[in-house]
Amino acid sequence: MAGAYIAGTLPSLRLDHLSGDLAHWMWGLADWLELLADTILIAYVGTVLGGLIALLLSFPAAATLAPTWIVMPVRRFLELLRTIPTLVLALIFVYAFGLGAFAGMLAIAVHTAGALGKLFAEEHENASLAQMEAVRAAGGTWAAQMRFGIFPQSLPGILSYGLLRFEINVREASVLGIVGAGGIGEELYLAVRQFEYQDISAILLLILATVAAIDLLCGRLRHIVLGKAGA
Amino acid sequence: MRIPFITPVIFIVGALLLGAGLWRMDASAERIWLGLTKLGWLVALMWPPSAGGVFWELLKSLLESLAMAFLGTLLAAIIAVPLALLGAGNVIGNVMLRFSARRFYDGLRGIDTLIWALIFVAAVGMGPFAGILALAVPDIGVLAKLFSEALEGADRRQVEAVRAAGANRVLAVRIGLLPQVSPVMLSQILYTLESNARSSTVLGIVGAGGIGLALSDRIRINNWDEVAFIILLILGMVACIDLASRKLRLKLIRPAS
Repeated sequence: MAGAYIAGTLPSLRLDHLSGDLAHWMWGLADWLELLADTILIAYVGTVLGGLIALLLSFPAAATLAPTWIVMPVRRFLELLRTIPTLVLALIFVYAFGLGAFAGMLAIAVHTAGALGKLFAEEHENASLAQMEAVRAAGGTWAAQMRFGIFPQSLPGILSYGLLRFEINVREASVLGIVGAGGIGEELYLAVRQFEYQDISAILLLILATVAAIDLLCGRLRHIVLGKAGA
Repeated sequence: MRIPFITPVIFIVGALLLGAGLWRMDASAERIWLGLTKLGWLVALMWPPSAGGVFWELLKSLLESLAMAFLGTLLAAIIAVPLALLGAGNVIGNVMLRFSARRFYDGLRGIDTLIWALIFVAAVGMGPFAGILALAVPDIGVLAKLFSEALEGADRRQVEAVRAAGANRVLAVRIGLLPQVSPVMLSQILYTLESNARSSTVLGIVGAGGIGLALSDRIRINNWDEVAFIILLILGMVACIDLASRKLRLKLIRPAS
């Protein structure tokens, strides 16, 4: 039964009029590409905003940099942010902020803040304290110690984790449309619900290609970022 | 970060993209303010959390989610082992086969669990069976990739010793290779179980079984106290699974290392 369903979604492509068949299969390409661009945008804005919140919270969450009575509540808070599933957050935000990409972006940003906050904090904990003490000896405040003593050391790790999170968020953003939170998911949901078999395979192929392209790009960037740290 | 021009250019382009994205999502100050007020009002309505008189039914669907996560992980692990052997360069020398196996894993991983759930609900009908399949398929990709990387990192000498004793290739893999990587494989399976315990709670939104259906229903009919209760249930289950999995992992890995 599942096999017959999957076979039904495959388009009939004939070699002698391939371009016509392809055009028939990909009839909604312009709309779909726009929705895919929206999906990537949701992931991008969500990653950047979530990453900024994570960066702010990661300094008080690092055990070597802040007293225990601050570290513990901040860590619990980050845990809470990343344990609630993105889709549940999206459902709640769609109710509060209305249908559309904004709610999805917020859901991704909240989850990202929780996930990256922990990883960034671990990155800060691995940084050498000598540079921070140098800034303190020169009279720097706590914020200045973090900015000039710790942050430059953990920057490559932060960028690398951020890029990795962006890849994950593109995947997550592709399903947000199912609950009405923007992106390509809604179109796919409609295609499945209305039994538009060939649309399903066309949209899935586009999602796969997008995800693969983003993965490839981020992989390259990550090599550059980490390579520079090693040099 | 010593290159003088590139860093500011990246910053400016990134900030412009952020602005364009926010503009396209109509993130006006008014909308954010209205949304935040509404959100505060929701949180106020969430207190005190209540089961709405159907505590045992909720618990049953929570356990259904957990069972789906367990069976999905098990299915994925069973299928991923032979696939991982195909993708490991030191088991099968064929470069083309290894390359195409790797791309196949990427394909399975590239599509989110929830999309697989949509497809399987349409293909095999609503219910937890569709959920199990939806959890298993992307995990086959993840586990096969991780397993084959673990296999490639294994020590050659033990395989050669088994071969030298006169065993055939299958036995060499079974006795020389798999025992070396099995602790790593088990700990990766446990990680997958943790991740599936989270994913399985939302599959019900598209009708693939578990507690997600109850949750999305309560949100739709604005019973926020019950929503809060279900979210707390989910958080509790996830915390339990994480704790159990961490304990088990330590027990599995300590003797090996």
